[in-house]
Amino acid sequence: MTPADSAITASGAPRDRRPARPRARWLRRVWAVPTGRFGICVVLALVLVALCARIWTPFDPQQVDVQNRWLPPSWPHLLGTDGAGRDILSLVMAGAGTTVWVALGSAVIATIIGVALASLGALTTRWVRESVAVVIDILIAFPVLLVAMMISAVWGGSLWVVIWSVGLGFGVNIARVTRPELRRVMHSDFVIAGTAAGLTPTQNLWRHLLPNVAPVFIVQLSWAMAVAVLAEAGLSYLGFGAPVTEPSWGVLLQDLQTYLTVYPLAVLWPGLAITVTVLGLNLLGDGIREASDPTLASRSGAARASRTHMPEVVS
Amino acid sequence: MTRYVVTRLGLLVVGLAVASAIIFLTLRVLPGDVAQLIAGTNGTPAQVEGIREQLGLNQPLLVQYLDWMGGVLRGDLGTSLLTGTPVADELVQKAQVTVPLGILSLSIAIAFSVPLGVASAIWRGHRRGTIMSVSAQTLAAVPVVWAGMILVVIFAVWLGWLPAQGFPRAGWADPAAAVRSLILPAITIGVVEGAMLLRFVRSATLQAVGQDYVRTAAAKGLTRTTALIRHGLPNVGLSVITVLGLQVAGIIVGAVIIEQLFSLPGIGRMLVADVSARDLPKVQGELLALTAFVLIVGFFVDLLHRVLDPRQRESV
Repeated sequence: MTPADSAITASGAPRDRRPARPRARWLRRVWAVPTGRFGICVVLALVLVALCARIWTPFDPQQVDVQNRWLPPSWPHLLGTDGAGRDILSLVMAGAGTTVWVALGSAVIATIIGVALASLGALTTRWVRESVAVVIDILIAFPVLLVAMMISAVWGGSLWVVIWSVGLGFGVNIARVTRPELRRVMHSDFVIAGTAAGLTPTQNLWRHLLPNVAPVFIVQLSWAMAVAVLAEAGLSYLGFGAPVTEPSWGVLLQDLQTYLTVYPLAVLWPGLAITVTVLGLNLLGDGIREASDPTLASRSGAARASRTHMPEVVS
Repeated sequence: MTRYVVTRLGLLVVGLAVASAIIFLTLRVLPGDVAQLIAGTNGTPAQVEGIREQLGLNQPLLVQYLDWMGGVLRGDLGTSLLTGTPVADELVQKAQVTVPLGILSLSIAIAFSVPLGVASAIWRGHRRGTIMSVSAQTLAAVPVVWAGMILVVIFAVWLGWLPAQGFPRAGWADPAAAVRSLILPAITIGVVEGAMLLRFVRSATLQAVGQDYVRTAAAKGLTRTTALIRHGLPNVGLSVITVLGLQVAGIIVGAVIIEQLFSLPGIGRMLVADVSARDLPKVQGELLALTAFVLIVGFFVDLLHRVLDPRQRESV
């Protein structure tokens, strides 16, 4: 949305100018960008597979069938079987559920921490603001994987460890990006107008500040979920994520690694699933940013491409 | 400049203090009873009490923390619960694998991402450029474990050029074998990290293309590419330096996973083993060492950036 729109809202114009339609238009704009379209497709496919796997998989993913160990891809085991005779396609499908769960969980926690830190760092008195900025700068240096290992040293590994560490790590990251954005928006005319019209700081935050930083935020969230997927795979591989009984792409990679030299093909599938998912989430973030940033739309292609995102610390 | 160095140094000290406090508190306070945790469910009350005494857990938290920090400042990172060896000694020993691995990975990442990143920016809009940037985007999404497995299958299993796993028992006494066993792990980390760096180099180069001074140089008669290389690249170099700190952190994370995959006796593998065994004093020392390293690298990167960037030098 443009500053002009919000100025109207701030001065008391009917608030129902915004709902439903613009949001649908917004989604269409993301769809119009090739990266966004790819991202939406991947995310939709992932969610569908995850939902489907809850009801139906070709085989029971945990069913051991010693007679059919290490089958190559063939009918009825489309992607073959692993060392215990479990159907790899079913395992990959079931793993999608774990991935979705971890990605969503991390996103929720990252959102809460990100909003809290960014608001503290942008809207409070000067010394609180400055110290929050310093703390953010320090926390950013903690790699997510090390945080996760620190937590699992105490509580033992679990999916919660992954969710919390990615949520914490990326919450800080989001705060770092959102904080200056909040500061910038705070000095815009429509916010000042809102204050003048008698809005309390909290009302102003919800009505004008957050909607304006939302695009930046959602983009970061999309990338956070990509990191969550990678972190889940990495940590489950190391044995600090999903328990071995849980279907997970990382655990599956770890399982298949034992016979990597004999049956190298099997390892292809979970890895491909992770790569496509992460790529989809990354591109979805890129697409949303391109679609939602009005300053990018008017620029030349070169300027637009020059704003691809900074590398993040990923596992 | 001096003022900047002092401020930045202050920030580093604060950072180290906060980091150590977070590590200390997470490992001491959260679980409730560390001693019980270490003794396990079968530990007798006497054993638990013994461990508590040994670790100084009966003292107030602040005293424990200051005790630990005092030791750290004298170079004592604590001792392992299981083996009784000093953590610092083990770190130094394992660093003989991890440090060369890290340097090799970083060199590979830079060597392949900087030229390719610039090239893909110059070729933007051409087919080659698009292919390069799409491949970088894809490669950056590959989990590092999986990349390692694929490289093992290709270069160790099918081609048989390099060992699939392990590090020579003799260590660096047999340099050729040691280097050979580090090549595949380093390529794995280097390629995945490099793919991320490539995207960054590409966007930094594209930003330079749009700058006035590059356009001016081109207007004065240089070809666009020469103008970019001569006047734009120094700036690209500067922005690459700013993400170097992030890259180092990424490489440490990569090393933790890759050392596990390739069974390399490095710091990462030791950390994984200690976390599994819940050797908390050791984990505490290792985490502090790694985080401090990342923070200190960040400090030097910032200083280097300051020294190299003439605009920042003058503004002080």
